[in-house]
Amino acid sequence: MKKILLIFRKDFLVEWRSKQIFPTMFVFSLLLLLVFNVAFEFRSDVNFRTVSAVVWITFIFSGLLALGRSFSLEKENNAFAFLLLTPVSRSYIYLGKLLSNVVMVLLSELFILPLFLLFFLFDAKGISLSLTGAVLPFLGVVVLGTIGFVSLGTFFSSMALNTKLRDMMLPLLVFPLIIPVVITSVGICSSILEGKPLDYYSFSLQVLVSFDIIFVLLCSLLFEYLIEDSGD
Amino acid sequence: MRKILFFLTFALMVLATWMTLFYAPTEVVMGHVQRIFYFHMGTVWAATVAFTVVFVASIYYLRKETAKWDTLAYCSAEIGMLLLTLTIITGSIWAKPVWGTWWTWDPQLTTTFILWVLYAVYLILRSGAGGRGKKARYSAIFAIIAYVDLPVVYVSARIKRGISPVVFGPGGGGIDPAMMHTLLVTLLGFTLLFVLLLGERTRIMNMENTLYARDGRGG
Repeated sequence: MKKILLIFRKDFLVEWRSKQIFPTMFVFSLLLLLVFNVAFEFRSDVNFRTVSAVVWITFIFSGLLALGRSFSLEKENNAFAFLLLTPVSRSYIYLGKLLSNVVMVLLSELFILPLFLLFFLFDAKGISLSLTGAVLPFLGVVVLGTIGFVSLGTFFSSMALNTKLRDMMLPLLVFPLIIPVVITSVGICSSILEGKPLDYYSFSLQVLVSFDIIFVLLCSLLFEYLIEDSGD
Repeated sequence: MRKILFFLTFALMVLATWMTLFYAPTEVVMGHVQRIFYFHMGTVWAATVAFTVVFVASIYYLRKETAKWDTLAYCSAEIGMLLLTLTIITGSIWAKPVWGTWWTWDPQLTTTFILWVLYAVYLILRSGAGGRGKKARYSAIFAIIAYVDLPVVYVSARIKRGISPVVFGPGGGGIDPAMMHTLLVTLLGFTLLFVLLLGERTRIMNMENTLYARDGRGG
């Protein structure tokens, strides 16, 4: 656990000082917001399903774009090779990186969410934004969904970087795999905005949580094979 | 052995075609178009077998790192892709008169669609991964994750549309024995066809590898 936190600290500090993920993601999200707004022409009669879809499309697109950059930093000066020399299990390296990526992506999302509220939902009809009824459950789903797509995003960004297609490869690898995250997160978020009770979406929540557990475990197990002699 | 398998497959496929067209009775509601169902089931069954072979071969490749498992996984994925494409085409032809639409986002169809995309990505990954060892390792990892992902996709696709009744499958209310015979013969025929194609494709692949090795280029 301590080792994971150490790697997390190192990655987080590097990220914090070099600012790779955060500005990329934030500005790209703003642009997506603009594009969606122009394309959909949202007014006060917004459909909660559409807004939830827009939220998640923005998060996933901007998140993956930022994750694509996160591993390229390790490539410089061969930093990753030295990280591999440390006497730490490969799974811990993955988990540390995952943790720092999740925190960075979540931070960016926290900054984007109020803007969403402002742009899309502020004068929406029939919306109740009580703290326990809507805001906290919503944030909870954002955390779970983010873990879901960042787990595979972190894993495959190191793979994509080593292929000939590079950045093009990451969305190809990740999008089809995270379909369950998209379906469940969008569904739950729109149910929350509509003020539905927990029973209504508890099954989706179970699927989302299972997805997170399955793929964090599977990726940390397979990470060892992924980075083995990455020289070739 | 190859010859026996070839003739056996040939005979079974001819028999399956004959049974599908003449032996099986005409379905009361759907009429003659229902006959495509047998080949639809045959291809989807063989495609499922193919992708399971990819999954198992990929696990073995990561454990043993011998090229033969990688070759097996690749060849199986290629054939599976072909079979799955045929499944989607025959399914569409069947769905148009029966459901009134070529395509609908029902859980089975969504899952099939994603399966198709996943293995298209698998083949793209192989063509763009670079060196041989890396290509094999990356695609094996992707195949394992994709195979594990599919049941989750299916479960989540069912949420989206509510729990819709299972439309496919010969279950429910019994099935005419003649239809069952036809289905079984078709399934067996397609299984053998898959084994035959896999054997041939692996043989060609191995020859290619030997040639490349002799060339000194290293595929």
